[in-house]
Amino acid sequence: MSVIRRRLRTVAVAALAAGVALGSTACSKSDNEGSTGEGGQVKLVLQTFSNFGYDQAIKDFEAANPNIKVEHQKMGELRDFQPKLVQWLAAGSGAGDVVGLEEGVLLGYVQNHDKFANLLDLGASDLKSGFPEWKWNNALTPDGKKLIGLGTDVGGLAMCYRKDLFQQAGLPTDRTEVSKRMSTWQDYIALGKEFKASGKAKAAWLDSATSLMQPHVMQNSETFFFDKDNKFIGETNPIVKQTWDMGLQMAADGLTAKAQRWSADWDAAFKNSAFATIPCPSWMTEGVIAPKSGPANSGKWDIANIPGGGGNWGGSYLAVPAQTKHPKEAYLLAKYLTSKEGHLAAFKEAGAMPSDIAGIEDPAFKDKKSEYFSGAPTGQIFGDSVKNMKPVFLGAKHQQIWETVVEPQMQAAERGQVSSDAGWKKAMDEAKKLTS
Amino acid sequence: MSSAVGAAPPRHAATPPTPEPTHRRRSYRLGRWDIKYSPYLYVAPFFILFGVFGLFPVLYTVYVSLFEYDLLSGTKEYVGLENYRVLLDDAQFWNAAYNTFGMFVLSTVPQLVVALMIANLLNRQMRARTLFRMGILIPNITSVAAVGIIFALIFADRYGLVNWLLGTVGIDPVAWRDNRYASWFAIAFMVDWRWTGYNALIYLGAMQAIPRDLYESASLDGASTWRQFWKITVPLIRPTILFTIIISTIGGLQIFTEPLMYGFGLIRGGASNEFQTLAMYIYERTFTGNFEYGSGAAMSWLLFLMIVVFALINFAMVRRSVKGEQK
Repeated sequence: MSVIRRRLRTVAVAALAAGVALGSTACSKSDNEGSTGEGGQVKLVLQTFSNFGYDQAIKDFEAANPNIKVEHQKMGELRDFQPKLVQWLAAGSGAGDVVGLEEGVLLGYVQNHDKFANLLDLGASDLKSGFPEWKWNNALTPDGKKLIGLGTDVGGLAMCYRKDLFQQAGLPTDRTEVSKRMSTWQDYIALGKEFKASGKAKAAWLDSATSLMQPHVMQNSETFFFDKDNKFIGETNPIVKQTWDMGLQMAADGLTAKAQRWSADWDAAFKNSAFATIPCPSWMTEGVIAPKSGPANSGKWDIANIPGGGGNWGGSYLAVPAQTKHPKEAYLLAKYLTSKEGHLAAFKEAGAMPSDIAGIEDPAFKDKKSEYFSGAPTGQIFGDSVKNMKPVFLGAKHQQIWETVVEPQMQAAERGQVSSDAGWKKAMDEAKKLTS
Repeated sequence: MSSAVGAAPPRHAATPPTPEPTHRRRSYRLGRWDIKYSPYLYVAPFFILFGVFGLFPVLYTVYVSLFEYDLLSGTKEYVGLENYRVLLDDAQFWNAAYNTFGMFVLSTVPQLVVALMIANLLNRQMRARTLFRMGILIPNITSVAAVGIIFALIFADRYGLVNWLLGTVGIDPVAWRDNRYASWFAIAFMVDWRWTGYNALIYLGAMQAIPRDLYESASLDGASTWRQFWKITVPLIRPTILFTIIISTIGGLQIFTEPLMYGFGLIRGGASNEFQTLAMYIYERTFTGNFEYGSGAAMSWLLFLMIVVFALINFAMVRRSVKGEQK
């Protein structure tokens, strides 16, 4: 309800009511037409979500390519950007020359690859050896003839923990010792019970039962909700149900803070030190945990290895929509941002871990220590976590299924609003409805 | 002087309509056209804009609603009324309709009643009148997204202000999102916070147009303030009340941003869609998941029809009841 809408009289009722769905279509469109202006300069539009950390990298790129000007449009969170991008791709205009795609939605675009330029035709075949094989293959069509995206970051995985709370409960605080005490998930749960039994720390062990899903499933299965033919298997994939039960058992044992992830309560739980551990990919350390916990908790966090050894959570790609008028220049930009220089600049700015092999090996990443996390060697910890990782096939609608169906049901079950069985059944029914 | 004037032949008589007849007739005709057609010209910009940005999308929505249309791949297939049939069978659609109407009633009724009371109070002689009159509009000019974020914090389950206040008087915390009616209440509260002042100001404007001598004679006859309010004020601002009801119906049934922000930006409105409205479900179907453009268009039309029917019912009901008071 806005003032303007209210002012329109009954004549406009029709437009208001039926135009809801169309209303947002006409919103912001980027002005990237006829941009070969003065002195043959090309203007490129780069659209990303969340924080890719490209401010410095873009400056460097422009300095090296004086004929190209880059306008970086930061489009909010993934859930804000994704629907807009789909509209622009459908409408044939409005999308940037280079756009960011998250791994959870990437496969949907690979299936509809005609909306994107083939980077192999633009010269990307030479870059293949620079990326881990799985990162490269994810953006490749099944016939291997078309590549729609170049890898930006990779999540990596570790366990962030509160040193001060560990100390209160009489647990070890040193990160190698902590890593040793939670080398498997069973150890991790046992340590959590010890933490709780001490009765000394006024905090839960883990933020939410749902935090286990991503790391535990990704470590123990090559698939998640979909098999490699993109058929929904969430109901039959034993690891998914097993992790669901494991998380909810922890909740039943009183080990979780029952905070709904990405909600106001979750934010407040960080500030109020309501839990002692949280599995954390690289982008979450400086990008989420540090700002949400605030400066008052600086130096109280530390980072240990993830139980179960290694794993990945999140990571993105840069793609060039077919509607661009400057495919060559757009490719140059995507190539630069996913090169070693681009990766390291993004890591420095946003904590996004490089996915290219040269970047991971570079001392600027390898020797990085985080001040906020008690000087933990983040480069080394996250670098190790992806060394032996196996790629996990996510499927075209992974993010959708997880974020809108499974996670909310698991949270409801965790809060005791529905039984675990009822929540599971509802989640699976809804997921099947979405994938049918 | 007078003779000279008298001697001068009357102009119009001396010059018969010979020298510039065509010019005259043209300007006369232009004048007639001006009177006849220029009003249409003046209102034309609205209708042209409405045609382009209002009517065309509306009609195009009808067209799209007849197709199974995948927004992402762009494939479409004519399916006739299938989209409508599927929707009428869809439990989530009816759930969204139930939520929308529930929140609408829960927000609009108190909103308009309170607005009427506030307007009545502000219509009296009081100090710093303008300050109060402008003050009640302030919530309305704040950004709806900001309001949504703040209220989502106030009604947070664990660290929220409301639950904390309830806790201090020994009441158990309310599950503000898992309980359907609690979530409706919180969202209705948000809507009312924003719109009560706006409606109060509209009522106040109408009340000021009521001649004061009506009240004077009423009080001379011994009518109490309460009686004056019901017998004079309310019947005389009836057209304005009807206007606010229609406008609130249109706005209230399209509610989108408030419940979206209340659910921390998640389009499904709660784990079991406790507070997902029709507008949210349209968005979910069209722009997420399976990108069912046709289905979203069909739903937009169903929502439109509901609003029309509902606005007409409201209109009829209120007109009758207020008329009844007047007798």
